[in-house]
Amino acid sequence: MELLLSNLSLGFGVAFTPINLLYAFIGCVLGTLIGVLPGIGPVATIAMLLPATYALPPVSALIMLAGIYYGAQYGGSTTAILVNLPGESSSVVTCIDGYQMARKGRAGPALAAAGMGSFFAGCVGTLILAAFAPPLTELAFKFGPAEYFALMVLGLIGAVVLASGSLLKAIAMIVLGLLLGLIGTDVNSGVARFSFDIPELTDGIGFVVIAMGVFGYGEIISNLAKPEDDREVFTAKVTGLFPTKDDFKKMAPAVLRGTFLGSALGILPGGGALLAAFAAYAMEKKIGTKPGEIPFGQGNIRGVAAPESANNAGSQTSFIPLLTLGIPPNAVMALMVGAMTIHNIQPGPQVMTSNPELFWGLIASMWIGNAMLIILNLPLIGIWIKLLTVPYRFLFPAIVLFCAIGVFSTNNNTFDVWMVGIFGVVGYLFVKLGCEPAPLLLGFILGPMMEENLRRALLLSRGDWSVFVTRPLSASLLAAGALLLVIVLLPSIKSKREEAFVED
Amino acid sequence: MNIKSQKDFISGLMFMGIGLAFAWGATKYSLGTGARMGPGYFPLMLGVMMAILGAVITFNSLVVKRSGGDKIGKWAFQPLVFIIAANLLFGVCLGGLPSIKLPAMGMIFGIYVLTFIASMASPGWKFKTTFILATTLALISYVAFVKILNLQFPVWPAFITG
Repeated sequence: MELLLSNLSLGFGVAFTPINLLYAFIGCVLGTLIGVLPGIGPVATIAMLLPATYALPPVSALIMLAGIYYGAQYGGSTTAILVNLPGESSSVVTCIDGYQMARKGRAGPALAAAGMGSFFAGCVGTLILAAFAPPLTELAFKFGPAEYFALMVLGLIGAVVLASGSLLKAIAMIVLGLLLGLIGTDVNSGVARFSFDIPELTDGIGFVVIAMGVFGYGEIISNLAKPEDDREVFTAKVTGLFPTKDDFKKMAPAVLRGTFLGSALGILPGGGALLAAFAAYAMEKKIGTKPGEIPFGQGNIRGVAAPESANNAGSQTSFIPLLTLGIPPNAVMALMVGAMTIHNIQPGPQVMTSNPELFWGLIASMWIGNAMLIILNLPLIGIWIKLLTVPYRFLFPAIVLFCAIGVFSTNNNTFDVWMVGIFGVVGYLFVKLGCEPAPLLLGFILGPMMEENLRRALLLSRGDWSVFVTRPLSASLLAAGALLLVIVLLPSIKSKREEAFVED
Repeated sequence: MNIKSQKDFISGLMFMGIGLAFAWGATKYSLGTGARMGPGYFPLMLGVMMAILGAVITFNSLVVKRSGGDKIGKWAFQPLVFIIAANLLFGVCLGGLPSIKLPAMGMIFGIYVLTFIASMASPGWKFKTTFILATTLALISYVAFVKILNLQFPVWPAFITG
């Protein structure tokens, strides 16, 4: 406990410097902005801004990028409630009850429930992160290559469970990502693999290029292909932000349940904000309503408070596997791996000991960030509502421009620009074929790591594959992965899962 | 043959094709043994795995019933072409094309080109509003990226700055 306090005071010392406060603020503002705007998510935004963080100190860069991720969870709810569009994929379930509340003139309490729930969950999630990271780091030092390989398999299976639609397609997308990640020079033999004698390809494909092409351009193109639907924006009707006493009584337990479920699911490999929100809403529905309470789907405040708390808690705790094991549990964390590598920090258990000011500074900044966000999102809600009235035809050229600038500035060469063009087309193809791109990005980051650990594990065991099941830690990780797969493939769960993802 | 899901049928074929291509490519590198994996070992494994997955997806698309045939639907060529072209031309403006001796035109010029071409992706664009948008974006980008973030861009055309 004392150690935790001294660590946190070190963290706050770092986070409270003017420059880091400024970047936390920029991250939170940007996060809210892209959260509010449908059609652009944290993955594309973080990819876009990665090159811009070259010049920043590593702590400030990570603080800002993290702020974008959890800030987006706040902003996403605003759009979900007022426009019935998920501003962020993790706000899909918030639409159901949030929009109904807005239609009944209770947009204010809905927004307040989402904001306060997120704030509480964010604080708890950060505390869990601070408390659990050190013991997990200890554990991580016991990991050999076999364990790391098993853990990555588990993580990738988790990512599949999270993806909507066909399981097989999601697995295939992961494998495609792993293969794309192998393009470039093999570190062991020095052979340039699949590079077709193109010098730029011997360094591998930049993940910024893939993230931007597939998530940025692919999304814009498919958004433009949809006819602009008639949005009913409840802008003028947001009056009386504060929930009533009765609202508080109903939402408090929902916030608590959402927070704890979200924190637990965030830690799991493959978890994060999206899964947490779905699970929390499903749980509230299971618990049911008291007599006289508004049913779910017609504007129950619990249907807003629980998933919004859960997605924020999940987004905080998904930093745990990244910071302790160096393994990203979702696509956003995969980009954070990239951000750390850019700044010459090897993600993994050694970060806490070798860069304590970065580790604790980042954690402390999340508290500050959450405090900034509740101010940005409740008293200043008017600004974001105005933004929702800006038509998409003004927004998308700006998004295209920022993507293009981001791509060009990564290496200052035009080759990346051609590549992102190709991946833009590929991204649109994925949308048309119903292949979700998030598992691909995760596979792409994990590809080289997986090969390296597989190689080392087999080298140590002299080519004996049974090493993965004879070592207890690795065996239990693989068993967990297998169990997860079996659970999703069970017919009853399978139909439930498909139902859950159709519910938007 | 009756395709139950067009999306899955095509994506299955795509995965099969890519998987086989990677597997075939991997055989060109030394495979090694389990204990001493060569550069071709892991990609060959993954390529074969993906080809099998693709085959299963294609098979399922012919067998498992789906509502409405799961059609791919129309391709939105207009946004696809204009968005990608806007991005590519922006790259050309910044980097120039030495092969045809096109000099770098710089970021400001590039922003106007990009904004206009990207705007054409959505029907009903107007010259005046697009021009205002491009000017605003140029100003914001100049201040944010060049002045504040200090990114090294060619801002003005090469023949002006020399």
